[in-house]
Amino acid sequence: MLRDALLIAGRDLRVEWRSRVATNQVAPLALVIVMLFAFALDPARGILARAAPGLFWVAVVLCALLIVQRAATVESGDGVRDALRLTALSPAGMFLGKVLAIGAELLALEALLLVGVIVLYNAAPSTEGWPLVVATAALATACIAAAGTLYGVLASGLRVRDTLLPLLLLPVLAPVLIGATRAFEAAFAGVPADGWLWLGLLGVFALVYIVIGALAYGPLLEET
Amino acid sequence: MTDTAVTTTGSAAAPTGTGSMGTRVIGLAALVGAVFLVLLGLVWSPEDITQRELVRIMYVHVPSATIAYLCCFLTTIGSVMFLWKRSVWWDTVAYAAAEIGAVFMALACVTGAIWARPTWGTFWVWDDARLVTSAMLFLLLVGYLALRKVPGDPDVRAKRSAWLGLLLVPNVILVRQSVEWWRTLHQKATIQPTQLGAEMDGLMLFSLFCGFVVGTLVFAWLVIHRFRVAWLEREADESMLADAIAERRAEAIDSGTGGDPFGPRTGEAFG
Repeated sequence: MLRDALLIAGRDLRVEWRSRVATNQVAPLALVIVMLFAFALDPARGILARAAPGLFWVAVVLCALLIVQRAATVESGDGVRDALRLTALSPAGMFLGKVLAIGAELLALEALLLVGVIVLYNAAPSTEGWPLVVATAALATACIAAAGTLYGVLASGLRVRDTLLPLLLLPVLAPVLIGATRAFEAAFAGVPADGWLWLGLLGVFALVYIVIGALAYGPLLEET
Repeated sequence: MTDTAVTTTGSAAAPTGTGSMGTRVIGLAALVGAVFLVLLGLVWSPEDITQRELVRIMYVHVPSATIAYLCCFLTTIGSVMFLWKRSVWWDTVAYAAAEIGAVFMALACVTGAIWARPTWGTFWVWDDARLVTSAMLFLLLVGYLALRKVPGDPDVRAKRSAWLGLLLVPNVILVRQSVEWWRTLHQKATIQPTQLGAEMDGLMLFSLFCGFVVGTLVFAWLVIHRFRVAWLEREADESMLADAIAERRAEAIDSGTGGDPFGPRTGEAFG
């Protein structure tokens, strides 16, 4: 199963690397969002620096939508689904592979966004807050990637998938947004002890979605 | 819907209309109960010491919120049962419960906001986990219903909806937990919603109880009817497909024997 996962993750990342959509479109869009927040909230009054953790995660979730949609679209063209089913790879492995690929892209995006937030919002994690930032980013990424992959396959193949996916996925990601933002706030404020509690919630969320996603991926891939 | 039912060739167990003896009894009981609740809630029960007249909205608000959560559970149960048993019956239960749940949740949110404005001075606060969870549940139900309305193969839709419905309860629990922590960790809730129960006047408690009974009757009536409408819709879809296939077959036979395939069909379509 793990071998299958790595195979699928490798394929997805190769496709993304060659198409350059993530680097040429999604990453610049993330920076555009960061700029837009600055226009919406007056930077002069320090609102941006205080809201930075929340804005960071809103930007991540919005960009994740595009990445998830891309990952689902890759499977829907030219009978790829049928071809995948014929490969006899384990469906759970395929699911994990897609989660890994989306997760890797998200982590790269988060690194870029964090630099953007530090430079443009004048807000940075405190020295003792860095381990919390890294752990939160890793867990929240697992949450978004797992839920995104599952909802991506739920909406895939439908004519209305581009509009349906955000409606289905964004409310579901609300706990991740809350948890990751609070943990980041604690790390930015220099009181990481307050933030570690949230990682438990993120961990449970990731676990629920990885388990249900691994179970559901096979049946959902079959009937479309 | 009765007309559609007559033309369908469904199994003997299929309902031939959305009304039945049982639903008429439930409907009548709900109607009588609603009149009684209006009198009880608006006239007979006393006003609250602190909330004055505003307490009366609780007799509708609390039952509708509770029933909405009940519907959410019913949808998840229906979805799990569908995935297990593959029965259309359970799929339809999940669908009907989700739609009625969305209606009750909207009612709960609106009555809550109407109550909150004079009591808390604002329509909405973020300090109460129940409020935020309810709003999120409403959005999750709307998403579920959006997936249900996507045109396409009914079996594919049923399976996808079932997985989505299965996730409904876990999602609500996760949202509830996150909002609860968010509010309690950061600031103590400044406004405590009135604690219902111990100190309530007897007649007020009875009014609330009546609200639950009437709400449950309305819920049962609506869900049964919604279930039957959904069932008939499905049957109508299937019979229309069968009719279309039969029509095309007849057309092919007609053209084979030299007859005009368009003549009788146009006549039927407008006849």
